[in-house]
Amino acid sequence: MKISNFYRSAIIAFLMQWTLVHAQEAQPLQTNSAVEAQVQRLSEELRCLVCQNQTLADSHAGLAEDLKQEIRDMANKGMTDQAIIDYLVARYGDFVRYRPALNSTTLILWLGPFVLLLAGGIGLIFMLRRRQKISTDQPLSNDEARRVKELLDLDRKA
Amino acid sequence: MKSVLRALIPLAIFLALVGFLFKGLFLNPKEIPSPLVGKPAPQFDLPRLDNPEATFSPKEMLGKVWMLNAWASWCPSCVEEHPVLVELAKTGIVPIVGLDYKDTRPEALQWLEKGGNPYVAVAVDADGRVGIDYGVYGVPETYVIDKSGLIAYKQTGPLNARNLNETILPLVEKLQAQ
Repeated sequence: MKISNFYRSAIIAFLMQWTLVHAQEAQPLQTNSAVEAQVQRLSEELRCLVCQNQTLADSHAGLAEDLKQEIRDMANKGMTDQAIIDYLVARYGDFVRYRPALNSTTLILWLGPFVLLLAGGIGLIFMLRRRQKISTDQPLSNDEARRVKELLDLDRKA
Repeated sequence: MKSVLRALIPLAIFLALVGFLFKGLFLNPKEIPSPLVGKPAPQFDLPRLDNPEATFSPKEMLGKVWMLNAWASWCPSCVEEHPVLVELAKTGIVPIVGLDYKDTRPEALQWLEKGGNPYVAVAVDADGRVGIDYGVYGVPETYVIDKSGLIAYKQTGPLNARNLNETILPLVEKLQAQ
């Protein structure tokens, strides 16, 4: 009886703590769904600078929450996606964008793979052409022809 | 000869790759270049820690080379940095202004009382808005601001004897001579 009382109070304590933890995480009530959609869209495009492999949407870091609130405020003022992204890039740099912008420093990042693909393709064509030449342009010498004939005859006899 | 050179191409590419990766070992991914370097320090008017009635604005520092140090009493790396700041303040080389980032007043005051106050002024950024304007993403961060109010340098992470002597103090000296 004593033990079950202990368990009961432990479970109650656990549940109370559970509700407290979740109460802290509750988001402020929002009424404007267009604004919320914009905040969600943008926070999936922007990087949390504290935990660098997460988007703002995924992150629960304090700064990520602040930045989401900042984005919400800007969205409420009717700023466009581009204006909001520009605002954050001006403060945190291009790194804040999950998809890097196309500019002089990121050109190699965007075009590099295609340049490598093209170079590889051209290299492959050249190599295949050369191989073709090697295999067609060199007829067998007399000795080689005799050897081939011998081997084939051997094979037939066996 | 030609075929030997050709055979060396993969080796050359491999060595170049190794070179890049080796350099990469010594880069700190937490150090994100600030787009604010070379731009005017964002303006603000924040209550002072010592006197909530008074405000601090970067305008007050025009004509001086100064440092803005974002810190907080809850920040573990600031514990390590604080004595360095106190020592630097004693030399009187450069005025340091504190930006108390997302902190509470009593805790911040207690921190300064315990560890010493290296700041000529501390601005209280309770909700972190000014921090966002400065691109603060992890305290401590320190900005070196020149006489005309332009940000000359940003240090992410704690100041220490090494980065002060090697980078920041020479820069401060250069800016002061301008």
